[in-house]
Amino acid sequence: MSDASTSAKGDLQLKNITKTYGDFNAVDDLTLTIPEGSFFALLGPSGCGKTTTLRMIAGLDEPTTGSIYIGSTDITYEKPYRRPVNTVFQNYALFPHLTIFENVAFGLRRRGIKDVKEQVDKVLQLVELPHLAERKPTQLSGGQQQRIAVARAIVNRPALLLLDEPLGALDLKLRRQMQIELKWIQTEVGLTFVHVTHDQEEAMTMADTIAVMNEGRIEQMGTPADLYDNPKTAFVANFLGQSNLIQGTVVDTEGENLVVDLFGQKVRVQKNRSVAKDSSVLFGIRPEKIRIQADSHTQSGCVLEGGTISDVSYIGVSTQYQVEMPWGQELMVFEQNDDGIPPLDKGDRVKLSWEPIFSFALNGHEDATAGSEVNPEEE
Amino acid sequence: MNKFSRWFSKNLIRIYAVVGFTYLFIPIVYTFVFSFNNYVKSNLVWRGFTFNNWKNPCGVLDICPALGNSIKIGLIATTGATILGTLIAFALGRYAFKGRGIVNTLIFLPMATPELVLGASLLTMFLNFGFNPGFWTIVIAHIMFCISFVVVTVKARIASLDPRLEQAAMDLYANEGETFRRITLPLVAPGIAGAALLAFSLSFDDFIITNFNSGTTITFPLYVYTHAERGLPAQANVIGVSMFMLALIIVLAGQFVGRKRKTTA
Repeated sequence: MSDASTSAKGDLQLKNITKTYGDFNAVDDLTLTIPEGSFFALLGPSGCGKTTTLRMIAGLDEPTTGSIYIGSTDITYEKPYRRPVNTVFQNYALFPHLTIFENVAFGLRRRGIKDVKEQVDKVLQLVELPHLAERKPTQLSGGQQQRIAVARAIVNRPALLLLDEPLGALDLKLRRQMQIELKWIQTEVGLTFVHVTHDQEEAMTMADTIAVMNEGRIEQMGTPADLYDNPKTAFVANFLGQSNLIQGTVVDTEGENLVVDLFGQKVRVQKNRSVAKDSSVLFGIRPEKIRIQADSHTQSGCVLEGGTISDVSYIGVSTQYQVEMPWGQELMVFEQNDDGIPPLDKGDRVKLSWEPIFSFALNGHEDATAGSEVNPEEE
Repeated sequence: MNKFSRWFSKNLIRIYAVVGFTYLFIPIVYTFVFSFNNYVKSNLVWRGFTFNNWKNPCGVLDICPALGNSIKIGLIATTGATILGTLIAFALGRYAFKGRGIVNTLIFLPMATPELVLGASLLTMFLNFGFNPGFWTIVIAHIMFCISFVVVTVKARIASLDPRLEQAAMDLYANEGETFRRITLPLVAPGIAGAALLAFSLSFDDFIITNFNSGTTITFPLYVYTHAERGLPAQANVIGVSMFMLALIIVLAGQFVGRKRKTTA
C-alpha cells in the first residue's frame, strides 16, 4: 500500500479530541502534539482516558469530536489497517496459532511484502530472540512474549508505535530490565513511541516527555524532571512521587520570594515557583528535600518547628518518618542513611528544615489529597 | 480388617472409576462380542464364533442402503447445520443487535422441545405444504435440530476468543476479510469441527423425528428398529461397532493433533 495515510510521517497532533460514552467524558477536549522521534508517555490512574486516547490514535475507537493528524494527514476516521501506526497490546495479543516468525511477519505479509525473512530475522536479532522463531507464543515466557510483541510492531517501521501498559504483566525485576531495553530500542530504531502507563516510575525512566492525565484532561506536560520539580497541580504533585502539601496564606513579598504563613510559622517560596491565583496557597515540599533534626539543633533555610515523630520505617537506603505537626497534619520525611547517625525514634520532638529553592506553591483552593488516593496498581 | 479398610479408602476413587466405566462399556462390549455371533434368525443367543458377519456386512437385505441413506443425510445435514449454525453463532457472539436476547433463547428451544412433538409437528407442516415425506424432509428436519447444537458449541468458542487478537491483526494491516480468514476462523475452527462431529452423530442417531418424516425412506436407526422385533441380524452389530470405532479414531486423532500442536514447534 502506498496511499497517503500509510506513508504519512511527522508529528502526531490531537486537536480538541473528545470521546463520550453516554454522559461520561472519557476524553475531554484533548489537544496535544507529540514530536516525531520522541518517547512520549501518557501517565495517569486507571479510568483517566489514556487508553481511550491510545485506541483512538490506533483507530480502534473513533473520537466523538476532534481530529487526529500525522504530519499533515488527517487520520481521524481512517481504518486501523490503513494507518502507519502499530500497537503493542497490554497482554501482547500474539496470535496463538502462528509461530513467532509468522507473528512477526504478519504485518509485512499483509502489506504485500514477499521477502520477509531478512527483515524478520533482523528484528528478532534486535530483541535478542532469533532462536525462538519456530516456537509458538504459549511456549514463551512473559518477558519473551513482550519482546516479540514489540518486534511484531516495529518490524513495520510505523510512524508511530503505541505501547499500552506494555510491562504491566511482568514482575518488578523484569520490568526494570525491559524499561531499559525499550528505551534502547527506541533510540536504535528512532521511531516515535507513545507509551500509556499508570506507573510513574516507568514513565519517568523511559519517556522524554510525560503528559499526566486525569479525568480525560491533561493536568500537566513536561520532562520527567520538570514535572517532579515544578508540579502545577496537587494531582501532579501527589501522583508523581509524594509531596507534603500544607495549607497556607501569602502574607508578604521579600525580593524574589513570597512569605507564606503556615499555621503561624513563616516559610519562603520563590515567586516563579508559585502558581497560586490569590493569597491562598498549598505550600509544597518533597519528603526527600526535608532535613530532620532533634529540636535542640539550630537550622538554616526554612524551618518548621514543633513536630513529633509518629512513625519510623527503616528501608535500607533511607529512613521514612511520619512527623505530626502542631496543626495535626502528618508530614513525610525521607532521610538518606548516609551520615552514620542512628535514626531518630518515635516520639522524638523534631524540627524540619529545607532550602527555600526546593519548595513550590499551588493554588490553595485545590484538594490537597488529589492524586494521592488513587491506587496506581489497581486496574 | 484395619489393613483392608485403609487399602479400600486409599483406592476408593479407583474402584469407583472401574465400576463406572464397566457400567458404561458393558453394552458396547456386548455389541462387539455379538457381532461375531454365528446367529440364526435372531441375534439373542450365543451360537458360536464366526467372522462371516464382518466379512459380509451387507449380507442382509436393505441394511446397506439404509446405512447409505443415514450417511448421506448425516453429511448433508451436518454441512447445512454447521454453516448456518456458525453464522448464527458469530452474529450472536460478536454483534449487539435488537432482539439478540430473544434469538439466544429461541435457539435453545429445539433442544428443549420433546422430539416426539417436533417430529409430529414437522410432519403436519410438511403435509400441509404438500411435501411428500422422504429423503429431503429428513434432511430439513435434521438441519433444524442440529443448528441449535452447532450454535451453542461454536458460540462458546467465540466467547473464549480474545477480541484483542482481531484488533492486533487490524493494527497489523489486515483488513476485515483477512482478519477473519487468518485469525478468527483458524482460532474458532476447533469449535466448528467439534460442532460438525456432534451434528453428524445426532443426525446419524436420530430415530424419533426421522420416523415421522421419512415416508418410504429407511435410515439405519429405522432399519434397526423395524428389525428388532423380528430378530436383528448381527450385521447391525458390525455396523454399530464400526461406527463406534470410527468415532473413537476421530477423537483420538483430534487429541493427538492437538497435543502435537502444543508440544512441537
